[in-house]
Amino acid sequence: KTSEDSDKYSVLLPTYNERENLPLIVWLLVKYFGESGYNYEIIVIDDGSPDGTLQIAEQLQKIYGHDKIVLRPRPKKLGLGTAYIHGIKHATGNFIIIMDADLSHHPKFIPQFIEKQKEGGYDLISGTRYRGDGGVYGWDLRRKLISRGANFITQVLLRPGASDLTGSFRLYKKNVLESLVERCVSKGYVFQMEMIVRARQLGYTIGEVPISFVDRVYGESKLGGNEIVSFLKGLLTLFATT
Amino acid sequence: MTSSLCVCITSSELAQSLPVSFTMTKLLEWLFAVSLVGVAWGLVTFDLLDFQFPAVYREVAWPMPVYLLVVFGCYSLATVGYRVATFNDCEEAARELQGQIQEAKEDLKKKGLKI
Repeated sequence: KTSEDSDKYSVLLPTYNERENLPLIVWLLVKYFGESGYNYEIIVIDDGSPDGTLQIAEQLQKIYGHDKIVLRPRPKKLGLGTAYIHGIKHATGNFIIIMDADLSHHPKFIPQFIEKQKEGGYDLISGTRYRGDGGVYGWDLRRKLISRGANFITQVLLRPGASDLTGSFRLYKKNVLESLVERCVSKGYVFQMEMIVRARQLGYTIGEVPISFVDRVYGESKLGGNEIVSFLKGLLTLFATT
Repeated sequence: MTSSLCVCITSSELAQSLPVSFTMTKLLEWLFAVSLVGVAWGLVTFDLLDFQFPAVYREVAWPMPVYLLVVFGCYSLATVGYRVATFNDCEEAARELQGQIQEAKEDLKKKGLKI
């Protein structure tokens, strides 16, 4: 953790209507990266949010500096896979951290991701809600049942070697993320699953760190039948093609 | 001598550069495993190769597939049930986050953020 350490961590934050959460997540990232001493940048990829997220991001840039807060907006909602590709193109780090911008993922785990990666030289680190003291806040019984049930089916069918496949709080080596994103074709939850499955196929090593997931959105957007159906469809596709 | 050596080197280089891979999909793995088990079950239950097994073998083998499915079903329910029951509730994390949100809002206001 000295200044001679040449590792740099680029955090990709795809945002859509995160006007309230963006300053908070940036503040937390600055706090924990600052305390840890690792070199970093935060790349905000806003998909034309109508609520003024980009303007808030510009203010944050003035406060924290253009080298730390990088803005790479897009004109409209274009999907997560392309957001990653877009972010990677502009990332100057050799590691990429992907996470949600809605405060469900806490930056305090990032130094743990980094240390775990250094410990084992892993190609990717996955934050898991299902092992160790990983967990969730804000889920009722129904949601937990669906989550564990879906994960169980996934484990049986795909035997992926990772406990949390639909999680999106991860650290990747930049070249690894690049090669995975170009191979993945799914959307939504299944995209994150496909990344792990393809990583295994390509022989990449995966380390895990337990994380706590604080869901403040669940009350407003319950997991509906449509999402479950599309998840199963995606799972079966992966089962048949990988 | 040297010309035959050259031929050896280039043919191994060629072998390395040929497209390798047939990786089995999970579906194919399952179909393969199921057919193996199916063939073994059929062999014993219907004595297809005329091994003249003792009657006991046939009596045990015949209900096996259903039995194994039931066992797997019970195992699944128990496992998922256990995992749901022991799913960590991160109360502490939620509290910590709330506190930090307040801290962040005050600090950002001081730094000049205008909402």
